Amino acid sequence: MRNPFRRRSALDLSPGAKVLSYVLLLGWTFVVLFPIYWLAVTSLKLPIQVNSGPVFFPFIDFQPTLENWRYIFVDLRNDTVRPYINTVVVGLSSAIIALALGSSAAYALVRFHYRPRIGLIGLFAGCVLLAAVAIGLGAPWQIVVVSALGVFLILAQTIGRRFRGRGLGNSDIAFWLISQRMLPPVAVVIPLYVLFQRVGLLDTWWALIITYVATNLPIVVWLMRDYFSTVPVELEESAAVDGASPYRIFRSIVIPVAVPGLVATFLFVLVFAWNEYLLALFLSSANAQTLPITVAAQNATRGPQWWYMSVLIMIMIVPVILMAIALERYISRGILVGAVKG
Amino acid sequence: MWPALAVVLFLSIFPLVVSLYLSLSRLSFAKSGFEITFIGPTNYQTLLFGGERTHFIGVLRTPSPIGWAIFAVVVVLVGWAFTRAVRGGVRPLGLLLRAIGGLLLVGLIWLFVQAVFAPGGRPGTVFVTLIYVFVGLTIQYVLGLGLAMLATQRLPGRRFFRVVFLLPMMITPVGVGYMFQMLTDTSKGPFLPVFAALGMEGFTWVTDPWGARIAVMIGDIWQWTPFMFIVLLAALEGLDVEVTEAALVDGASRSQVFRYTTLPALLPVSTTIVLIRMIEGFKIIDLPNILTNGGPGTATESMTLQAFIDWRTFNLGRSAATAYLLLILVTIVATAYVNLVRRRVTTTV
Repeated sequence: MRNPFRRRSALDLSPGAKVLSYVLLLGWTFVVLFPIYWLAVTSLKLPIQVNSGPVFFPFIDFQPTLENWRYIFVDLRNDTVRPYINTVVVGLSSAIIALALGSSAAYALVRFHYRPRIGLIGLFAGCVLLAAVAIGLGAPWQIVVVSALGVFLILAQTIGRRFRGRGLGNSDIAFWLISQRMLPPVAVVIPLYVLFQRVGLLDTWWALIITYVATNLPIVVWLMRDYFSTVPVELEESAAVDGASPYRIFRSIVIPVAVPGLVATFLFVLVFAWNEYLLALFLSSANAQTLPITVAAQNATRGPQWWYMSVLIMIMIVPVILMAIALERYISRGILVGAVKG
Repeated sequence: MWPALAVVLFLSIFPLVVSLYLSLSRLSFAKSGFEITFIGPTNYQTLLFGGERTHFIGVLRTPSPIGWAIFAVVVVLVGWAFTRAVRGGVRPLGLLLRAIGGLLLVGLIWLFVQAVFAPGGRPGTVFVTLIYVFVGLTIQYVLGLGLAMLATQRLPGRRFFRVVFLLPMMITPVGVGYMFQMLTDTSKGPFLPVFAALGMEGFTWVTDPWGARIAVMIGDIWQWTPFMFIVLLAALEGLDVEVTEAALVDGASRSQVFRYTTLPALLPVSTTIVLIRMIEGFKIIDLPNILTNGGPGTATESMTLQAFIDWRTFNLGRSAATAYLLLILVTIVATAYVNLVRRRVTTTV
């Protein structure tokens, strides 16, 4: 066995510094793991064991029991299973939709050049605005959406061609998308609440899925744009020469190369939807409630019953923690690429 | 590309417009559900000058000497940045924008020192949010950088540390809130022996304003240091090892190497992740809501939480007004950061 204290190059630390580094790293490991450990042990305690002061080690200073787990999974089965299904469905579908829309947008931003006209964008925003006012005044939403779309298309085809404003580029579109992250969710959620209430989607999966897709798209576009820009363009050109359609190039050449990026981005978006609190709080109540809301509501209805709370939090965090451990490699690379290129 | 753009455009512009309208109106209950009446900028007046002022901005008193010192430093910094802009030949429109931005920043700091660094003053939700963001950011960055530096050393078991350090980021903030509620409990929590040894058995964090704020910040730091850590770690590993090695062989000390080669190389990434965390940090609600419920009083309430509480009590107009003021605050702070700090170290915005 080689001696871990032997210095092999100038980069290596002296033995003393090495020991100190280890102590510091172990210290932070303790800081990270202790709360999670405490959660796990608390889920195995009876109320009396929690209330009589801290006990630390199962089998040594208290007898662990699965009573809390039984209560949550058997007695409260319906209250637990439904939010779980909601969270899984909303998380997975919003992540898949955001990834599909976002990565194609990112690819388009990398490979094609857009010259959007300010006039057209203004026109679209104007139509959205008019539609919003119309819905706000109580017009039936189906008619409003269809007619607003119609008005936009007609105007775009006729007067839209005359706009010759300052041209914008791909980087402007990308920057605008990213700047959407600055929008505090609380500023947009109240109108969304009113909107979903009017169209009858409040407290359904759809309300949450649509909102999460919109909030996650900027992240997806941002991260995937950098991944796609690392794909060598020659590969795609030779495929195009051989007669492949752009869609086929995207599917069979670009996607396979960008799989690591897709995995990291998918994980991010999924974790975001899985853990999201504020939007779910506004947009769901009994039916579409997700796990964070269920957990938070437990406290309000029953007081701090930490033994049950711990079980609920455990089942909420274990899947994401397992995924994080499995995909750790992708995550650091995924964030870095986005952060460095900004 | 267009589907993605349309979704974001629709779900950002539409709500912003409606929000603006709501913030200028009052919700009242009528026979058929509710009615929205337009009342002009009353909601903003209440928050900034009227009855909600102490809640939103805080109780303002004459600053202490420390407060004056902080204020003076900021004024000097802004003045210096502005004269640089004048000398640098910025066009009149740019100068005007910078002057407005600078004045807003100075005004904000003036209110800040009056609320926080003044005997008898009390910060409102605006400054509580700013404290969470900036104190949290600083500690997260320093801790993240330190841990990343340690984890890049050639030590056995590196991969284990990396995976473990990543975990808190994955845990839902609601869960973090409860975990820290359990941990900071001084009668049943795991640190009871420690508190007992310090003679603080009866002490509860949650009844002391700064104790409660610190508890929230500890939770936030626990959760978000990993973000700084993994990005800085990946950036450190991307650095050219030979430069460091050559410097060390030539007799530079480790601190010199850090100061003159490592830190400058990390600056662009650092400013980006600080910007990301700053923007996300302003949205904080889960932790204070779960951990302290905004209390004691309103001591730990963030702006988002204030807007949420107003919404829950059907004060939709004031809720929207608070949200809009938050949007304005984020924009001012982020723009100031990009202009004052980020432009100096990186070319991309």
